[in-house]
Amino acid sequence: MYSVNYHRASSVADAAKLMKSGDAKLLSGGMTLIPAMKTRLAAPSDLVDVSRIEALKGVKVSGKTVTIGAATTHFEVANDEKLKKACPALAHLASLIGDPAVRHRGTIGGSIANNDPAADYPAAMLALGATIVTNKREIAAEKFFKGLFETALKDGEIVTAVTFAAPAQAAYEKFRNPASRYAIVGVFVAKGKDGVRVAVTGAGDDGVFRAKPLEAALAKNFNASALDGVKVPASSMMSDIHASADYRAHLVTVMAKRAVSDAAG
Amino acid sequence: MSQVSLTVNGRQVSGAVEDRTLLVHFLREHLGLTGTHVGCDTSQCGACVVHVDGKAVKSCTMLAAQASGSTVVTIEGLADGADLHPVQAAFKEHHGLQCGFCTPGMIMSATDMIRRHPEGLDEATVRAELEGNICRCTGYHNIVKAILAASKAMSKAPKGKAKKAA
Repeated sequence: MYSVNYHRASSVADAAKLMKSGDAKLLSGGMTLIPAMKTRLAAPSDLVDVSRIEALKGVKVSGKTVTIGAATTHFEVANDEKLKKACPALAHLASLIGDPAVRHRGTIGGSIANNDPAADYPAAMLALGATIVTNKREIAAEKFFKGLFETALKDGEIVTAVTFAAPAQAAYEKFRNPASRYAIVGVFVAKGKDGVRVAVTGAGDDGVFRAKPLEAALAKNFNASALDGVKVPASSMMSDIHASADYRAHLVTVMAKRAVSDAAG
Repeated sequence: MSQVSLTVNGRQVSGAVEDRTLLVHFLREHLGLTGTHVGCDTSQCGACVVHVDGKAVKSCTMLAAQASGSTVVTIEGLADGADLHPVQAAFKEHHGLQCGFCTPGMIMSATDMIRRHPEGLDEATVRAELEGNICRCTGYHNIVKAILAASKAMSKAPKGKAKKAA
């Protein structure tokens, strides 16, 4: 790891100020950033640690509205009793990220700001029609995720929370890489007041995306059998040593069917 | 440089470290607590697991500066004098190790897992919970056995003692 200056922010305003120093990066759980720095894939001059800012922590459920602070860990999301009632699919998703030690440190804000094409949370945010709240504005998930590791965040902009309406039914199914345990294909299905949304992580060649053909079929009939023969085009799938584009396209339908069955069950 | 100050195994410690210093290096090189191992150095193998504020974390993927102000427990802090912690005793009893390299991390993950599952553990849960700890010798069989035995022993122990042990 190259030399770096560590700063611990006491508030979001303090963090915003500290982000003006050099080529600063926000540090939350550090479960991606620190490994990236160790391999010198990332070399920020400064780190602004936001993980101890109380205002960024915790899950709130008020009526149907769920708000999760950006510095809430995967462990906290997975085990929050209110969330398990309002949106058990998201709590379940959080329980599948990494391993227990990673879940104790990694945060939802860090995960979505990083937008790894195989990360789990982006699929949930997109399917739930979530809003990403920053220290400057609110961004619809649809506009937030912009391809591989790209988001709508501007320099120095800080994700403070995510918020969404609890769906009537939802589920997440993940087909893991047996070694890395990252999603080869992860599908989040949500049925809410805006209809059915199906979002896919791990598979797309441009990051997380909505599987529109599957959504259309499920809008007519929210049942796994409605997806028989329905596919996403393999031409927009990622292809690597772990899975070909055709295989990923196939798995999207398989995982979506499982998710619909879970959601209905 | 950062001045870090934390409680490690009940002892207040502080030191000036480069900001890029990983917690595991601070523990091993500054404090001489070499029980915590660096295995893969890529946050996969879990040989470096310690407890930070009561939660198992990979100390190779956390800066010492991030841990400043926290309470850390390492493998050296588990035993009560000459009395092994129930998890250590179970690893000994069930031979939950061969070369022993992964053992400190296994035991720290196991104590964390047992604390989070006061209702008890079954084999499938233990194996799933060990996702982040890699052992290249044992095939995990005796590790799982040891953790199940420790979980049982600790649930039988009087409450006050179990709490202290965790």
